[in-house]
Amino acid sequence: MSKSNFSRRGVLKTGAIAGAGLALPTYLRADAHTGFTNAPGDSEVILGFNVPQTGPYADEGLDELRAYQLAVEHLNGGGDGGMLNTFSSKELDGTGILGREVKYVTGDTQTKSDAARASARSMIEKDGAIMITGGSSSGVAVAVQALCQEAGVIFMAGLTHSNDTTGKDKRANGFRHFFNSYMSGAALAPVLAANYGTDRKAYHLTADYNWGYTTEEAVKSSTEALGWETVSAVKTPLTQTDFSSYIAPVLNSGADVLVLNHYGGNMVNSLTNAVQFGLRDAEVNGKNFEIIVPLYSRLMAKGAGANVKGIFGSTNWHWSLQDEGSKAFVQSFGTKYGFPPSQAAHTTYVQTLLYADAVTRAGSFNPCAVAEALEGFEFDGLGNGKTLYRADDHQCFKDVLVVKGKENPENEFDLLEIVEVTPVDQVTYEPDHPQFAGGSLGTCNPGA
Amino acid sequence: MFGLEKKDLRLLLIVVALVVLAPFILNPFPVGSDLAQFNAGYPDLMQRFVIFGIFAIGFNILFGLTGYLSFGHAAFLGVGSYAAVWMFKLLSMNVLPAIFLAVVIAGIFSLAIGYIALRRSGIYFSILTLAFAQMMFAIAYSDLIGNFLRTSITGGETGLQPKVSDPRILDAVVSSGQTPTAGLFGVEMRDSYVWNLGDWVFTFNFGYYFAGLIMVISFYLSIRIFRSPFGMMLRAIKSNQTRMSYTGLNAKPYTLAAFVISGMYAGLAGGLLVAMDTQAGAERMFWTASGEVVLMTILGGAGTLIGPVLGAGFIKYFENIISKINSTILHQWFAWLPDGLEDFIVAVIYPFVGKGWHLTLGLVFMLVVIFLPGGLVQGGQKFAGLFRRKKSKDAKDGATTPAE
Repeated sequence: MSKSNFSRRGVLKTGAIAGAGLALPTYLRADAHTGFTNAPGDSEVILGFNVPQTGPYADEGLDELRAYQLAVEHLNGGGDGGMLNTFSSKELDGTGILGREVKYVTGDTQTKSDAARASARSMIEKDGAIMITGGSSSGVAVAVQALCQEAGVIFMAGLTHSNDTTGKDKRANGFRHFFNSYMSGAALAPVLAANYGTDRKAYHLTADYNWGYTTEEAVKSSTEALGWETVSAVKTPLTQTDFSSYIAPVLNSGADVLVLNHYGGNMVNSLTNAVQFGLRDAEVNGKNFEIIVPLYSRLMAKGAGANVKGIFGSTNWHWSLQDEGSKAFVQSFGTKYGFPPSQAAHTTYVQTLLYADAVTRAGSFNPCAVAEALEGFEFDGLGNGKTLYRADDHQCFKDVLVVKGKENPENEFDLLEIVEVTPVDQVTYEPDHPQFAGGSLGTCNPGA
Repeated sequence: MFGLEKKDLRLLLIVVALVVLAPFILNPFPVGSDLAQFNAGYPDLMQRFVIFGIFAIGFNILFGLTGYLSFGHAAFLGVGSYAAVWMFKLLSMNVLPAIFLAVVIAGIFSLAIGYIALRRSGIYFSILTLAFAQMMFAIAYSDLIGNFLRTSITGGETGLQPKVSDPRILDAVVSSGQTPTAGLFGVEMRDSYVWNLGDWVFTFNFGYYFAGLIMVISFYLSIRIFRSPFGMMLRAIKSNQTRMSYTGLNAKPYTLAAFVISGMYAGLAGGLLVAMDTQAGAERMFWTASGEVVLMTILGGAGTLIGPVLGAGFIKYFENIISKINSTILHQWFAWLPDGLEDFIVAVIYPFVGKGWHLTLGLVFMLVVIFLPGGLVQGGQKFAGLFRRKKSKDAKDGATTPAE
């Protein structure tokens, strides 16, 4: 059927085009020269925001996304600049990162390790993201951190509170600004002793996964050091929504304190059940029965409503803080979205700024140079006071807030009050502390 | 050639061509254009296409031929993944032993589960497989066996991944504390050659071609099974099992063999998944993952050879590409419309993209089941028929023939 009519001109033309096509890759292949994965071009740089947009932590995830968008706006010189103005390092000037405009891509982790990794891989491989950040679960953070280490990009962890993220699962390409279980325990214990005495019997309900375990261990060891006794520790499935059957045995156990190592929707449900069972009005061993929630967030307090009144917990940051950095952040977040940011939003915003600053100080997007700039970096003005990014485990060390559910909230956001700002020295630990042992950073991986 | 009939050979060659040329076929749009959003030619997704293709091919051997609908095949995929990671941790980062063990372990599990579940047929069989799969999911997700033995087998919710400190007795010590990466005799699975052709970027990934080769082999095996006397027996089970037993044939060994074969295919897919991305999480064993492979097979065309592969590609494309479209991107696309109209159109489309991709998939699935009971393959045949009728009537499309 086909009628072929090769002309000399046609053959030469085709040959020339094919030859040019084959020769192109030899000089257009940019990343062959730069020596690291996804080296950005001259005009823009792409960051990957990988947050849960569906699933149990979707509230936190969406708030994180808002903060990321705000951070990108500020880095590109839009808005009021937010914490750029209060940050102790003055390298960032609102012209993007190293003169490149900041662009971003988003992904949904679904709070599942597999989905989070697939999403992160597509950002790295398809969209050319130079840095991945986000996550609202320690399981996801650990999984994505390992992926970033292999792929040779920087991972700036979002809301992840488990000791393991910078403990036994730490990686050289991963960095965490958020505090951890150990710090919660160390900050809470003295406050608890002061308020509830040193002769208490505690009963733990623990979410049955990585974060639950390390939080239970941290709270247990720091309260036991003060003389408390742990009666029992019961694991509850992460997908549980009704905790009645777990709450019922608590009163008969002889315990007079209930520690809820739960987060997000789990905590809202278990606390509501506990209050319905009349635990808060009960009296055991001649003392008032008390409930403790080691990791608090405003979004959880909102979910649990009036039940949180008077209940102690710890948090990384709260919008009512009165330092310059926090005020600037709350101001610009509130102007853009109409409500104050959560601690998840705060930590992700700060992580983005810290990354941009580290790149600028290093003068390169090379992950190894960035990691070096972040290691041992001391800064201030980002809402938590003086903070150190420790080189040994890539964990930030800063003051920890002990908070309490407010008795008389003035509005729907004013749910927690700060009881004490625990100074950083009190929550600092050795890198080889038993709760963090068993991992090694390895060395940074620049990828290609 | 290869003991295949002419039309089967042609089908195999089509699959080979699709696999080899996928980096071009899946990346039709230049980088930077608005349509680049729809490019699927990046290693992760291409690997997923072929790996889930293998999974669906295997599932089709059970469901398409015998008609036994298993709702628990993701469990075998998960078991394969865990087995492969343990090989990475203990033996070597070479993918061959890992994939081999994945297939073997998945085979053992499917033998045990199949032996029990196949005592019943129909809905009872489906429920039994679902129950077993959910039990295995719960065991993996809470690491029950690991807790019982006071160690870690599945890594629980975090999942299992190789670490710098693992023994890996066959490998040399990893230099300078780098995380080990999976490879094949020194070539890493993530190694890619990027070809920049003007505005187009084509990525040729070693891992993808490795998985693609295994997919072609699996496909070839599946053709041989379909055309063998054994395959004929399986079809007989589907059409009338009672009559088969009256003629003195015991159906059980055949169904069990089909179950184990498809379980091993699932294990192979699980092992490959881990070879491409060295992390095994429990979510891949959840019942929704089992349901997904059923969808793939039915969407593509149950009982056809190439159908499951198409179905797998279709669903993975939706999951990874349509789900990435967010409202900002929609606004970019329709920015040329007047403001009010733009907002309206975005508001209408938005529920069907992004996290609403399940909704779109559901609609497509409904349409396919109602109008094309034979799946996408039937659609392709109808479409081809439109053009063919004029030329010659008897030239049947070599693409595929349904099982019945």
